[in-house]
Amino acid sequence: MKYRTWGDYAINSFLMLLAVITVLPFYNVFITSFADPAAVVKQQFYLLPTSFSLVSYKLLLSGSYVGKALANSVIVTVAGTLVNMLVTACGAYALSKKTMPGRGAIMAGIVFTMLFGGGLIPYYLTIKSLHLINSYSAMILPVAVNTFFLLILINHFRSIPPELEESAKMDGANDIFILFRIVLPISKPTLAAITLFYAVSRWNEWYLAMLFVNDPKMHPMQLFLRNMLQDVTKMRRDDMGSAMLAELSQTYPDGLKMASVIITMVPIMLVYPFLQKYFAAGVTLGAVKE
Amino acid sequence: MATGRSLWKQMAAHKYLYLLALPLLAYYIVFDYIPLYGIILAFKEFNFAKGIWGSEWVGLANFREIFGLQDFWVAFRNTLIISLGRLVFEFPVPIAVALLINEVRRTRLKQFYQVVYTFPHFLSWVIVSGIMVNFLGAFGVLNQLLVLVGLEKVNLLVDPEYFRGLIYGSSLWKDMGWGTIIYLAAIAGINPALYEAASIDGANRFQQMLHITWPSLKSTVVILLILQIGRTMSSGGGGFDQIFNLYNAAVYEKADILDTYIYRRTFAVGSSYGTSTAVGLFKSVINFVLLYAANKAAKRLGQDGLY
Repeated sequence: MKYRTWGDYAINSFLMLLAVITVLPFYNVFITSFADPAAVVKQQFYLLPTSFSLVSYKLLLSGSYVGKALANSVIVTVAGTLVNMLVTACGAYALSKKTMPGRGAIMAGIVFTMLFGGGLIPYYLTIKSLHLINSYSAMILPVAVNTFFLLILINHFRSIPPELEESAKMDGANDIFILFRIVLPISKPTLAAITLFYAVSRWNEWYLAMLFVNDPKMHPMQLFLRNMLQDVTKMRRDDMGSAMLAELSQTYPDGLKMASVIITMVPIMLVYPFLQKYFAAGVTLGAVKE
Repeated sequence: MATGRSLWKQMAAHKYLYLLALPLLAYYIVFDYIPLYGIILAFKEFNFAKGIWGSEWVGLANFREIFGLQDFWVAFRNTLIISLGRLVFEFPVPIAVALLINEVRRTRLKQFYQVVYTFPHFLSWVIVSGIMVNFLGAFGVLNQLLVLVGLEKVNLLVDPEYFRGLIYGSSLWKDMGWGTIIYLAAIAGINPALYEAASIDGANRFQQMLHITWPSLKSTVVILLILQIGRTMSSGGGGFDQIFNLYNAAVYEKADILDTYIYRRTFAVGSSYGTSTAVGLFKSVINFVLLYAANKAAKRLGQDGLY
């Protein structure tokens, strides 16, 4: 049964070709970001790099702007993920208890929000009326819960044997104590998975920042990147590290753009090996047996 | 019995659970239900000073106004075409790829494919648009290859003719691998004894795929199809994020969907909030109806459906 047929070769060739197509654009971004501007002007180098230079990175990172954008992204990611986990875990625990009166109605109300929303304008007006404009909160609170992750966690909590909690209850422990001292510690793998997924989406945040944060000093890396991709030359001189950077942005915008892409991508690449472990849990709601 | 008093008692007994759920409930009320209430703006002429409730009722005037705009119909048509295109060009691909990956016998190779295919899913559309611009732009690899084999250069990013193809292609590049995971998980749940029995009966690989793997995948396919249909008016998966980050004024006529149209009307053009909300409501209602209809149809055809 293990011998190879032509079918195996055909399938593998096709899948390998798909893999190359997936990787090639990344390879291309890398060599563009590490290319020497002078070499780029002279020849086309994209497929095989002929030069290596860190000038794009040096200039980008020497400016205060990228540093600030990175710091903002870190703040939003760390604080945002913390809020996400706290609100989701506490809420999911409560909603995993079938004895809680009103639980059915609450669940229906939550699932309804997956199907029907108010739309952009009412959303915008709500956030405005809460005075969240131009605050870090505007990038954190509107996405405090992901309904999908909430449902996964409710399912997970429900799968914990009730005996574990019952004895603690006999001893007079309340739900908050049980959650933090018994349930959360034994749920570490699931919590880790959801934390990672939340962290990735917080890192990728740009939309709320674009809508609600006008002050460029508070923009996260993704929005900085977006503005740069739209038009490097529009970036103001004082946003950049030096006059030389501004000049480079006129003559060789691609290197700067791709260096920014790489910088924005690095954190995702670092957590990717961990994320991968949790793929199945992330999409199947735990319903499918492995 | 649940008399008023005993219900109250029951609730009191669970007071810590309510306390734990409080932030969650507050979140849904503030960020989902209050905006839902804002929908009434579609029937009002919004006035900043008077607020949502205080603004003047105008009946269906906002709807009449948008239905009279040519831009709206362009966006409406694009939304439908792009969503339909996604169903035809994008939806089947992860199913096919999952079936192929499942046929790979070496576990390490299987994992390698999944690791590679899935990575782009975790990048934002902002990053992906940067990657696409670099790869497909005037001086990108694609054009160098085209020149190399003696063909004309194409600039996919500003050519309305190619733009929808670019939308489908970039979605597939980003999310095809992620899409396969749910199917692969469903395949992993199939009882191996079924395959053994089939091969003893003389079924070849293709027959096994057709008669064992595919029937087990069908219910997953139907559910994902229903969900996809329910997103028609948002142009499916990538929707706003993808198109907003890839498009430009040169391709609006082919690429502008209702979501991007609402955004531009409100923030770039500065039109009335009432009409923009009306477009949003129009969009949500159609999505809801489509989801409901698709679910009903699936059930009538003997499938499980979403609810």
